[in-house]
Amino acid sequence: MEDKTSSLREAFQGLLEKVTSSEEIEQLRVEFLGKKGHVAGLMGQLKTVPNEEKKAFGQAVNVLKQEIEKQLADAHERIVKLEEQKQIDAAEDYDVTLPLDLDMGSYHPITVIQREVEEIFRTMGFTIEDFSEIVDDYNCFEALNIPKHHPARDMQDTYYLSSGQLLKTHTSAAQNSIMKKYGAPLRAIFPGRCFRNESTDACHENTFFQMEGIMIDEDISISNLIYFMKTMLSEVFGQDVTVRLRPGFFPFVEPGFELDIQCLICGGDGCPSCKNSGWLELCPCGMIHPNVLHYGGIDTEKYTGFAFGLGLTRLAMMKYGIKDIRVLNSGNLKSLSQFIGK
Amino acid sequence: MFVSMNWIQEFVDLSGLNLEELIHRFTLSTAEVEDIYYKGNDIEKVVAGQIVSIENHPNSKKLHLLKVDVGSEVIDIVCGAPNVALGMVVPVALDGGRVCAGEIKTAVVAGYESHGMCCSESELGISDDHSGLMEITDDVALGTDICALYPIRDVIFEVDNKSLTNRPDLWGHYGIAREFSAITKRPLKPIPTDESDWSEGEEVPVEIKSDLVYRYSALRVNNIKKTVSPVAMRIRLFYCGMRGINLLADLTNYVMLEMGQPMHAFDGKKVDSIAVGTPAEKGKFTTLDETEREVDENTLLIYNNDEPVAIAGIMGGLDSEIVGDTDSVVLESANFDGISVRKTSSRLGLRTDASMRYEKILDPEMTVTAIRRLVKLLKDVDPDCFVASKLADKYVKKYPAVELTFDKKYVDRYTGIDIGNDQIVETLTALGFGVKLENDTFTVDVPTWRSTKDVTIKADIIEEITRIYGYDNFEITTTKSPLRPVRAEAVKSEDALIKDLLVNKFNLHEVHSYIWCDGKKYKKLGIEVEENCRILNIPTPENGTIRNSMIPTLLTIAYENKSFAPSFGIFECGRVVDGYLENGYCNERRRLGIVLFDKTSKEKDLYFKMLNMLKFIFRDIKHFDADFAKAASVRHAYQHPKNTAEMLVDGKKIGEMFTLHPMNSQKIDKNAAIVCAEIDLDDFFAVAVRDAEYTDPSKFPTIDYDLSLLLADGQKYADIKKTWEDLHIPELTKASVIDIFELGNTKSMTVRLSFSSPDRTLSMEEIQAHIDELLANLAKIGIVLKQ
Repeated sequence: MEDKTSSLREAFQGLLEKVTSSEEIEQLRVEFLGKKGHVAGLMGQLKTVPNEEKKAFGQAVNVLKQEIEKQLADAHERIVKLEEQKQIDAAEDYDVTLPLDLDMGSYHPITVIQREVEEIFRTMGFTIEDFSEIVDDYNCFEALNIPKHHPARDMQDTYYLSSGQLLKTHTSAAQNSIMKKYGAPLRAIFPGRCFRNESTDACHENTFFQMEGIMIDEDISISNLIYFMKTMLSEVFGQDVTVRLRPGFFPFVEPGFELDIQCLICGGDGCPSCKNSGWLELCPCGMIHPNVLHYGGIDTEKYTGFAFGLGLTRLAMMKYGIKDIRVLNSGNLKSLSQFIGK
Repeated sequence: MFVSMNWIQEFVDLSGLNLEELIHRFTLSTAEVEDIYYKGNDIEKVVAGQIVSIENHPNSKKLHLLKVDVGSEVIDIVCGAPNVALGMVVPVALDGGRVCAGEIKTAVVAGYESHGMCCSESELGISDDHSGLMEITDDVALGTDICALYPIRDVIFEVDNKSLTNRPDLWGHYGIAREFSAITKRPLKPIPTDESDWSEGEEVPVEIKSDLVYRYSALRVNNIKKTVSPVAMRIRLFYCGMRGINLLADLTNYVMLEMGQPMHAFDGKKVDSIAVGTPAEKGKFTTLDETEREVDENTLLIYNNDEPVAIAGIMGGLDSEIVGDTDSVVLESANFDGISVRKTSSRLGLRTDASMRYEKILDPEMTVTAIRRLVKLLKDVDPDCFVASKLADKYVKKYPAVELTFDKKYVDRYTGIDIGNDQIVETLTALGFGVKLENDTFTVDVPTWRSTKDVTIKADIIEEITRIYGYDNFEITTTKSPLRPVRAEAVKSEDALIKDLLVNKFNLHEVHSYIWCDGKKYKKLGIEVEENCRILNIPTPENGTIRNSMIPTLLTIAYENKSFAPSFGIFECGRVVDGYLENGYCNERRRLGIVLFDKTSKEKDLYFKMLNMLKFIFRDIKHFDADFAKAASVRHAYQHPKNTAEMLVDGKKIGEMFTLHPMNSQKIDKNAAIVCAEIDLDDFFAVAVRDAEYTDPSKFPTIDYDLSLLLADGQKYADIKKTWEDLHIPELTKASVIDIFELGNTKSMTVRLSFSSPDRTLSMEEIQAHIDELLANLAKIGIVLKQ
């Protein structure tokens, strides 16, 4: 009986050595371990075995069966690995360096910069307000302490409309309405499109964006204004900026300032960007004129405040190195489609 | 404006101080300095020399061979100047010396050695006269260095005029000297004036006939023999941007640059009385720049015996100008209404140094001092002249005196820092304010040169104190105000959401365009500019109309980008004016405009792409669906009469989408499909956002039932949809269109109806009953099952 199991073992091993695929292993499994396979056949001979040998025979067949199962499993694992490797070898090597047309949309650079700046102000507790582009004389001038005969009202600066209104010349035109809407204390910014009646060239546009901000509370001081402007501008530029204030005259602030920042390109040593002065004139600001607070319905004995203007158009040009301001309103997609992502 | 530091130092001693640093301080404390010029630094070894011999050059008509006595020696110079004369004393640049053009070296000129150069004024940089050699008429020792003789060396700085608009006192050197005095804490010297009592003769008669005059002072001076100003004065005028003309004109300019008070010198032989008023009717007047100008009823004029002789505060007349042969002058030093001067000057397009100053609203107190200053200067130059009249001084209107009271606490609160009482008093006093301090309360008299408009409230005083204190010296602190949470305005975030969807989901490009219609560009696309609110004063009248829709401006942009890509989409969130409000003001609306341009797909597909986009945006933001319906009529001629659809919310139109009228689409691009949409954002934002609706998904199976229906021409899905909506079948949970097939005039549409119930399995019979009912209703409107 020993002979029968060992010759079957030998036969199995002879066949196993020749196996090359998982299908052949399956065939071999059916041939030896299937219901009608050789091992089952051998087991079928048990009844012909004398009783005293039956136990040994049965055990021997079971051992053989386990051996074959194990060897088949091992062989299966080995061959699957080989087959997988073959698939890997045969697979196409994808070229990720190929150029793709993503057909991405784009934001206008003003939107991008406006969102960045708005986000900064939002974290500092400012309300963001929208305001109309067409305003009246009261909001644009009168309420801002700009007297009737001030040169700013001249026809050469302001677009006057047949409706008796005008195109807003500065975002400050929103101050009065916002003060009336919220009262004090108040922190608000109001970005918007402004218009000046002037001819356009690489540095001048008749249509541009500003962002105005006001902060009104008890005991707001010049010291606070400087601190705030420095902090805010450091956020805007993503680096610590050095600021300086100079007297500047705007009818709606008193005192009024021109704020310069130390040139970010040369660090103040002087370069073409800052016309060798080391400073860049960036934004007008000042303590809100008591008349303006008064017109806005705010108690000037209790409250003081400051206001500042940021040229969003100018910031966008600085940030992206746009040399010609006319690009912004050109609608030219060759330029504008480059401003992907917000 | 140009400022001479030599001139400043006549009024405040700046010795031992670094001028450049001081000028920098001026920028930080007073007004922006744009540039600094170092005059005369390039002039070296130029001395007074006398021409002692002149010979003609043998081979040149122009050149002369000169012997020039330069004190220490006599040198040979080859000279080409036309005005060489024997005995003439001229500036001579010696060998190794420098003039503006560069270094002078001994050289052979046209065959002769030349050991230096005789100089013109322009070569010394002290005027633009290069017609001939500068003649030194002053009595000088030969060999004297020219820079010691005349104030050629000077530091000039230029102040940005715009930063002086609110400071009438800074339009003369004396006012600027006062700033330096306050900055350096060094005393300000008084202006030297003639303080005689002028009792000879009669006053020049002055009659004021207009309330646009504040003050008019006049004085007659006779026996003026000198006609040329001293070199030093001419240099100063030139450095400050003016040109020497003649002694009297130069003196009026000099006083103006020094004190900021414009003056005028009338020929004393032609002018003997003064009247100031406006003409009864329009007329012509020739100013001394030989230009005939139109004067009207608002033009303030100076008259002499009913003849106009000057436009007040702007320019004198040609006929009364000082010319060489007069020895008598009537001096005007006056104060006119600043606004009137500005208006006249802007109407005439004539802005002069005088008008620029008057429009800043000058201090009328200056007029007499200016006359006294001019007489002092004139007598210094021409001691034989004499004042031949009493001083005429009509001071008819005054600015109110300003007195301000505030306490130390007010200053502390406004500045946020502690500036000492002593320092406040010192600063204000240096700036000319009268200050009284009692128990921390300041009472301040504002000087007349600041009170015309500049300093009128106590906040103005804060500026005076702080700018001299120096903003760089401020200790800066954060505000004490408590933090308050802020919610973004809903409008703001919806605006952002729309942009995000259009850019990130639909790959559109955001553009900006102008708020007015561009007539020329519209015309190219066959678009008429429609009547709307107009800009009254735009330089290009064809652009004067404010747009009433975003679409035409976007179409011009699409048109200009035709070569950008075969297909692209653009959008803009902007403003339009849609008619007027009840009060006559513009009905300004926020609008979103979208234009899709595509050469690669059919117009119909693009139309549905737009529809999908609008539906998506609306549902994404508002969480329910907007309705779309074919528009009954179109508002703009460029809209397609058929394919214009309205976007509706609860029956209210909030936007529309359309293809173009063939007339316009042909002009833009014959091969491209173009679809436009415009949403009124104000209306869009006003639609309340709903919460997303939730129902538990049914555990029971859904049964789909497909119907292929035949629609007649013009019938729409909405017609079918209405039939089952009218039946209100709660088990009908969804309807979709799975196929549309066009058959000539009719259309076959396969609709899939999905039925399900939350609590049971539906029976086929039950569903069939609904379908039968539905088909019966469809049959009523002529829609039948496809056989």
